[in-house]
Amino acid sequence: MNTGAILEVEGLTRLYASGNGMLTVVKDISFALAPAATCSIVGPSGSGKTTLIGLCAGLDQPTSGEVRLDGITLGALDEDGRAKVRNDLIGFVFQTFQLIPTLTALENVMVPLELRGERLARDPAIELLRRVGLLERLAHYPVQLSGGEQQRVALARAFINRPKILFADEPTGNLDSETGKLVIDCLFALNADAGTALVLVTHDTELAKRTGRIIRLQGGSMVNGS
Amino acid sequence: MSTQFDPPIVRPAPRRGLPGHLISIWTWRMAWRDTRTSRRRLALYSFSIVMGIAALAAIGSFGANLERAIEEQTKTLLGADLALQSQDPFTPEAEQLFRNLGGEQSREISLTTMVYFPRTENTRLVQVHALNGGFPFYGSLETEPATAGEEFRQTAGGAVVEESLLNQFDARVGDSICIGSFTTNILGRLKKVPGETVGLSAIAPRIYIAMDDLPGTGLLQPGSLARFSVYFKFGPNTNVTALVESMRPQLEKLRLRHDTVEERKRDLGRSMENLYHFLNLVGFIALLLGGVGIASAIHLHIKQKLGIVAILRCLGCSVGQTFAIYLAQGMSLGLFGAVLGGLLGLAIQSFLPRVMADFIPFTFQFHTGWLAIGRAMAIGFGICLMFSFLPLLTVRKVSPLAAIRVSFEPQVARRDPWRWVAGAVLAAGILGFALTQSGSWRIGLGFAAGLGVVVGVLTLIGKLLVAATRKMVPARMPFAVRQGVANLHRPNNRTLLLLMSLGLGTFLMVSLYLVQQVLLNQLISSGGQNQPNAVLFDIQAAQVKPLTSLIRSLNLPLLDETPIVTMRLSSVKGRSVDSLLSAGTKRDRGWVFRREYRSTFTDHLRDGEKIIAGHWVSQVDPDSTNAVPISVEQEIAKDLQVGLGDELVFDVQGVPVTTRVASLREVEWRRIEPNFFMVFPRGALESAPAMHVLVTRVGSSEDSARMQRAVVKAFPNVSVIDLTLVLQTIDAILGKISFVIRFMAMFTVLTGLLVLLSALAAGRYQRVQESVLLRTLGASRGQILKILLVEYFALGFLAALTGILLAVIAAWALTRFVFHTSFVLDWESVFLPLVLVPGITALTGFLMSRGILSRSPLSILRTEV
Repeated sequence: MNTGAILEVEGLTRLYASGNGMLTVVKDISFALAPAATCSIVGPSGSGKTTLIGLCAGLDQPTSGEVRLDGITLGALDEDGRAKVRNDLIGFVFQTFQLIPTLTALENVMVPLELRGERLARDPAIELLRRVGLLERLAHYPVQLSGGEQQRVALARAFINRPKILFADEPTGNLDSETGKLVIDCLFALNADAGTALVLVTHDTELAKRTGRIIRLQGGSMVNGS
Repeated sequence: MSTQFDPPIVRPAPRRGLPGHLISIWTWRMAWRDTRTSRRRLALYSFSIVMGIAALAAIGSFGANLERAIEEQTKTLLGADLALQSQDPFTPEAEQLFRNLGGEQSREISLTTMVYFPRTENTRLVQVHALNGGFPFYGSLETEPATAGEEFRQTAGGAVVEESLLNQFDARVGDSICIGSFTTNILGRLKKVPGETVGLSAIAPRIYIAMDDLPGTGLLQPGSLARFSVYFKFGPNTNVTALVESMRPQLEKLRLRHDTVEERKRDLGRSMENLYHFLNLVGFIALLLGGVGIASAIHLHIKQKLGIVAILRCLGCSVGQTFAIYLAQGMSLGLFGAVLGGLLGLAIQSFLPRVMADFIPFTFQFHTGWLAIGRAMAIGFGICLMFSFLPLLTVRKVSPLAAIRVSFEPQVARRDPWRWVAGAVLAAGILGFALTQSGSWRIGLGFAAGLGVVVGVLTLIGKLLVAATRKMVPARMPFAVRQGVANLHRPNNRTLLLLMSLGLGTFLMVSLYLVQQVLLNQLISSGGQNQPNAVLFDIQAAQVKPLTSLIRSLNLPLLDETPIVTMRLSSVKGRSVDSLLSAGTKRDRGWVFRREYRSTFTDHLRDGEKIIAGHWVSQVDPDSTNAVPISVEQEIAKDLQVGLGDELVFDVQGVPVTTRVASLREVEWRRIEPNFFMVFPRGALESAPAMHVLVTRVGSSEDSARMQRAVVKAFPNVSVIDLTLVLQTIDAILGKISFVIRFMAMFTVLTGLLVLLSALAAGRYQRVQESVLLRTLGASRGQILKILLVEYFALGFLAALTGILLAVIAAWALTRFVFHTSFVLDWESVFLPLVLVPGITALTGFLMSRGILSRSPLSILRTEV
C-alpha cells in the first residue's frame, strides 16, 4: 500500500549473533518520511543509528519488520534488486567520505550514472562539482584532496543520480567545525534544490535542529520522534 | 546555485548475467581505472605464470617439430624397409629366406673391439661395422668429407670414424688406424647414422669399414660378440608389415630379430612421446605453481579492494557487476602473463633442440610452433582464470554495509556453493591436463595424485610449523626476532603460500639432484679403491696364459679370470623352446627363449651376487651324468617361469647339457664387472669352447693406455673396457640428461622466485602499515629491517626444510622402488639449499622493503595507508 511517503519503516528489528546469545541492535522501530522532508537520527554511540539507516537504505536486511522506499518493499527484493533501488532512488554521504581511491574526483562523481549505463555522465558530474566549488579539482585523486574537499566530492556523487532520498551518516564527523559547516550548507542547498528527502545521522544537536524531524534512539529503541 | 533535478525513474533491474557484464565497456573501464595504483604490482603478479607458459610453449613447439621430423624422415629412421639380425652367422635356411625375399640387399657385421691409433699411440674400445651393399637405402651416412660415406665401401678403401673418437685422440683424416690385424687410413669423420643417437655411441664409438676388409682384421672368430644384419629395400608397393607378419613363425624358428620402418617409427615415436610428456608435466608443475601464486596474489589484491567493492555496492553496483570488474582484472592479468609467456617461449623454443640434440636420432629443420605457443598461452590463461576464480568469489559476498561500518567484518561464506564449483573445476582442469599430457590414465592419475600429496604434505607441514612458531618463541628472545617469527602466524601471513612455492621448487630441484647423486655414487663406488676398473674380454682359451703373463709383467694385478661359454636354451621343464615359442608365448617374453646365453662356470659367487633361494653348488663331477645344478638369476627365472628343481636343457655349441635349478640369485647388475644369468659349477663346462674375461685394476689413465697398447699389439682380437673411461662417459650422459631435467626444473624454480616476489609485493601493503605504526611508536629503521629479515629468513628456512624433507623421502622412494638400490644421503645437496633458499628469500624481501625503510612515516601514511 503506497501512503505517499518516500520512506516507511514498520516494526524494524535487527538482531546480531554475539557470543552465545543474540544482541538486539535495533528494536521495533516505525516511522515514515514524506517526500522532500528532512529528518535526523540522534543518539549516543551504540544506540543503533548506523544500523537503522543501513536497514532503511537496503544495505542490510532486518530480522523482522519492513522498509518501503517510494512504495517498494525492500524485503521483497534480492540483493541486486536492492542495489538497483539504491542506484535509482538513494544518495549516500558517509562519515569517512568513502571515495574510490583509484578514481579522480570527476570519475567518482560519474560512477552512479555510469552504473545506469548513461553515456553522458561527464557534463552533469562537472556541473555538480562546479556547484560544490571543485571545478579546479576534477582530475585530482582523493589522496590529493583535503577532508572537506573529499566530502564535497561525496556530496556531488550523492546527488548525481537525482535521488529521492539522501542518507547522510555523520557527514561532518571527520571534519573541523568550519569545514563541517561549509559542507552542511552545501548539503542542505543541494537537497533543497533537488527536492530530496534527507535522513541525517548525527551527534550534533544544532545540526539536528536544522531538520524537520528528530528521531532519538537509545539502546536500539526509538525514545521519541519529534 | 541552480540546478534543475529531474525526478528519478526506477527501472526494472536488468538480468544481464556475468557474460553480459563482461561485454560491458563500463566493466572494463572501471576495471582499468581501479588498477591505477596497482598496475605495476598486478604486472608482477602476472609474471608468476610466465615461466610455466614459456616452458609449455617451448616444449610444445619442440614436440611438434619432433613429430613432423619423424613423419618427414620416416624411412631414414631405419635406412631400409626391413632389417633382419642374428647374433650368429646366418644359416643356409636363413640365406634361402633372404633370397626368397628378394629386393635390394645390404649386409653388415658389427662387433665390439679395440682400435689403435699409431700416430698418437692411443687405443679405444669401438664398434666396428663392416658393410657391403647400398645401406642406408634411405638417408645417408653423414660424413666429412661427404664422399667418404661411399668411398670406404671399396676393398681397402679406408675407414670412416666417429667424430667424437677422432676428437678424443686428436686423430685426423689421413691418419692410420689399426683394427685388429688390419691397418688402414681414416677416410673421413662420421657425423650421423640414420636412426641412431650420439648418446648410445658414447661408450663404444662407431667405425665403418668395407665388408671385404673384415677377414683381414682377424676379429671374427667363433664365439666373438658379433651381430649379423641384412638390410632390404623393396619396391614401393610392398607391404613390409604384412610381409613380416606372414613370415613371423619362420623368423622365430631361425631366431632372427626384425626391425621395420613402422616398428622403428612406433618405438621412436613412443620414446619421444614419453620424453615430450615428461618434459610437459615438469613444465606444467611450473605453471601450477604460478597458478598458486596468482591465486594468492588475487586473494590479497581483493582483500585490499573490499572497501571499494562495498562503496560500489552502496552506489548500486550489482553483485554480478562488481564480480565482473575484478574478473576482468584477473583475465587481463592472465592475458598479459600469457602474452609474455608466449614471447619468452618463442625465444626458448629454438634453444631446446640444441639441449636435446644428443638424444634425437636425426637432425631436423626447426619450425616455430605457433600452434603450440597458442595452446600454451590458452592453457596458461585458463589456469590463471581457474586459480583466480576462487579468491574472486569473495567479492560476491561483500556487503554494502561495510561502507558505513568501519568495524564491519566481511563474512566469507564457507558454504558458498560456487566455491565448491570453482574448486571442482580447478581440480578437473588439473586432472584433465595431466591425463591428456601423460597419454595414460595411470600416469595421469598418478601425477595428479602425486601432486596432490606433495601439496597436501607441504600444506600440512606448513600448518604444523606455523603452529610450532606460535608456541616455541621464548619471551626472552630479542624484540626483532620475536616480532619477525610472530609474523609467520599472525593474521594475513603468507607462510603457507611461500612454503608452497619455495617448498615445491626446492623439492623438485633437491630430489632430482639426490637421485642423480645416488646413481653416480653407486657407479663411482663400483670403480672404487679396491674394485677392478679394467676388463679384458674376447680372450681365446689359448691366450689366457700369455695374456696373464703380460698383465703381470706390467705390474698389474689379476683380480679375476672368468670363462664365458655361449649357449642357447633348447627346452624348459621338458618342453622344447620351439614348441614354447610356437605356442604363442607373449612377444616380450620370447627373447628369453630365443636369446644366446653367455654363461660361466665357477666355484665361488662374486660380491654382487646373493643366493635368495636354494643352495649354491660349487663343484660337480665332470663325468657325472646327472643334471648339472645351476644358479639362475631371479628375474630371468621369473621370465622363464622356472623355480627350484626345474629342468633346463641348453645347447652348448651343439652339445645338449641338462641342468637343474639349484638356486636363485639376486645380482647387482649395476656393478661394472662380468655378471651372468646362468652360473654353472666347476666341472660342468670345462670341456666346452669358451671365451675368457680377465679383470684387473689400473692406477692411472697413463697405466691404462700403456696396458691397452701392449694388449692390442700382442692380442689384436682382445678388447679392453676401461671403466674409468666408461664412468666418465656415463657421467657425461647422466650430466646431459640431468641438464635437460634441470633446465625444465629451472622454470619451476624461477616461477618460485617470481611467486616469492609477487607474494612479497602483495604483502607490502600490510608490511607498510605495520612498519609505519612501529616507526611512529619509535622503532628505528634498523629494528624494522631486522624484523623483516627475520621473518623472510624464517620463511625461506621453513620452506627449504619442508622441500628438502619431502625431497629426501621422494629420492629414497625412487632409489628404493624404481632404481632398486640403496639410498645414501648426500649431505651437501641438503645443506646447500638450506642456506641458499633462506638467503635468497631474505635478500628478495630486503630489496622489496627498501622503499618502506627510506621514506618518512608521514608520506607513507598519506599515500599508502
